[in-house]
Amino acid sequence: MAIDPIDARGDLRLTRITKSYGDFKAVDDLSLTIPEGSFFALLGPSGCGKTTTLRMVAGLEEPTVGSIHLGDTDITTTRAYQRPINTVFQNYALFPHLTIFENIAFGLRRRGVKDVKEQVEKVLSLVELPHLAQRKPTQLSGGQQQRIALARAIVNRPALLLLDEPLGALDLKLRRQMQIELKWIQREVGLTFVHVTHDQEEAMTMADTIAVMNEGKIEQMGTPADLYDDPETAFVANFLGQSNLIKGKIEGRDGDNLVIDLFGQKISMPSARSHAVDNTLYAGIRPEKFRISRTGSTLRGNILSGGRIEDVSYIGVSTQYVVAMPWGQELMVFEQNDDGVPPFNKGEEVVISWEPNFTFALRGDEDVEAGTEVNPEEIQE
Amino acid sequence: MSTSVKDASIPTIPFKARFSRWFGRNLLRIYMVFGFTYLFIPVAYTFAFSFNDAGKSNLIWKGFTLGNWQNPCGAPQICNALGNSIKIGALATLFSTILGTMIAFAIGRYKFKGRSTSNLLIFLPMATPEIVLGASLLSLFLVFKINPGFWPTVIAHVMFCVSFVVVTVKARIASLDPRLEQAAMDLYANERETFKRVTLPLVAPGIAGAALLAFSLSFDDFIITNFNSGTLITFPKFVYVAAARGIPAQANVIGSSMFFLALAIVIAGQLVHRRRSR
Repeated sequence: MAIDPIDARGDLRLTRITKSYGDFKAVDDLSLTIPEGSFFALLGPSGCGKTTTLRMVAGLEEPTVGSIHLGDTDITTTRAYQRPINTVFQNYALFPHLTIFENIAFGLRRRGVKDVKEQVEKVLSLVELPHLAQRKPTQLSGGQQQRIALARAIVNRPALLLLDEPLGALDLKLRRQMQIELKWIQREVGLTFVHVTHDQEEAMTMADTIAVMNEGKIEQMGTPADLYDDPETAFVANFLGQSNLIKGKIEGRDGDNLVIDLFGQKISMPSARSHAVDNTLYAGIRPEKFRISRTGSTLRGNILSGGRIEDVSYIGVSTQYVVAMPWGQELMVFEQNDDGVPPFNKGEEVVISWEPNFTFALRGDEDVEAGTEVNPEEIQE
Repeated sequence: MSTSVKDASIPTIPFKARFSRWFGRNLLRIYMVFGFTYLFIPVAYTFAFSFNDAGKSNLIWKGFTLGNWQNPCGAPQICNALGNSIKIGALATLFSTILGTMIAFAIGRYKFKGRSTSNLLIFLPMATPEIVLGASLLSLFLVFKINPGFWPTVIAHVMFCVSFVVVTVKARIASLDPRLEQAAMDLYANERETFKRVTLPLVAPGIAGAALLAFSLSFDDFIITNFNSGTLITFPKFVYVAAARGIPAQANVIGSSMFFLALAIVIAGQLVHRRRSR
């Protein structure tokens, strides 16, 4: 019996989606548009609702409230097998009793497609594994299974391809290689990819647009560079890379800049990069944007003096310092080892400086620890 | 070569230490040999005495003959009894496997009111003494004015085989990754196609195992059968009656054949499984 999936293409729109399990809201009033042809990542820690969101798009769960549209078609209650959407499952879910060929042909056969053999062979050569057609899934390595799972989905040329932590089971080196390959395949086939991951590096490497999710809501959405350079919340600032967040007060304005008091020292920053709602804020600076100098050097830009080197870690390409500031906070500083300047020693008195444009500001009532307690490498869902 | 020359500088390990090390390493193997010997002596005995030129009583070895194997139906009534047992076994297996598989899917896959109660009740026939089951079934049949015989025996066998089928198939269903069925649904297979193409093939080994178990339980059953079969002779009943005046060697022939048939099925199953998962 052949199934005709509904013929819908276009942007995916989630409108005010909520998914509750009893009192717990896995996804909480979420709205999102994923443009056709993009590589979109849903990034967040385990339990943030990203996988639930993906399963609702796939049709494996139904939202409690809200609607899902693909182009102009409402697919909220459409069954999974009627949606032109395919999924690359976490741990791949290849059918163990079927050969690789039959695994890939599964979707084509269910839809009653004619030239099954030709299409399967084509997609097998796209993932560079044509010699494995007659094997069984258990005879393949993890990386090979991953590619077959991808091939089994893209052979159907779905309007939307969902990837649920697709690289989670691979080792680091293979993961890096597959990141580049996935991106290449996405360009090659021109499908919309929606990628769910807890690995910020993976999301940043592959996606055009990232939505950072936390506790069932989207914290911030944008390009990887937007999110990294101008995070709007402490969660985003801490979950994507590391941030130094220093409590401060807005003292006044100077043209397009804000003048900010950080524990008695004045700095400035572009007012467009401030997300503060009143005159209290957290000034945020990424560790690699800081420069360390000896006390007494002539410096430009923002300066914080009175630091003392607390710890030095030499990592080859860079050196990581922990600098204790007079107000008791410890700041992280990453210095590139590119200028031949000898590293600073523990206990040295130093001054920290940075370019004002690199500063961002968060609301003064933020929880500065948000997103730090999650170590993405350790999460296994 | 230097390795073949005894080097006096290499310290030798005393025999006692070497023996205790060897013994420690092979303890499990030694235990296994004893275990299997214990298990297979009766089978070996049965097989050996199937070649006994016994005459009426097959208790003492009287000389080798192939006569029993050439004429397994030689003893009066024996093949009639065997035929009845096979027929009852086949029917009981068929019905109990179908019913049991459906129950296993219901309990293993769906949430419904009374699920945990059903789960518990399924175990009850396995735990109840057969003598009680047999006697109460007979009185039940008599209440409904059904005379003991072939069909009451089949019904009784289905009743106690179902529990074993449910337990076996349920274990297989529990080990099935639900994501495989989700993947099938995701790949345009509706519920019926998903069941046919993914669920059933993956549960099939469990169903086959359950069917084999059901057949051997039914074929073997004496107590419940004795209550419910009336004048019908089954193979266990035949052996029981014959035991009073000496079991004919043909019974050993049939017993050995059943054993080798079962062995062949198990080996074939293993080979198929190995080839499939290779």
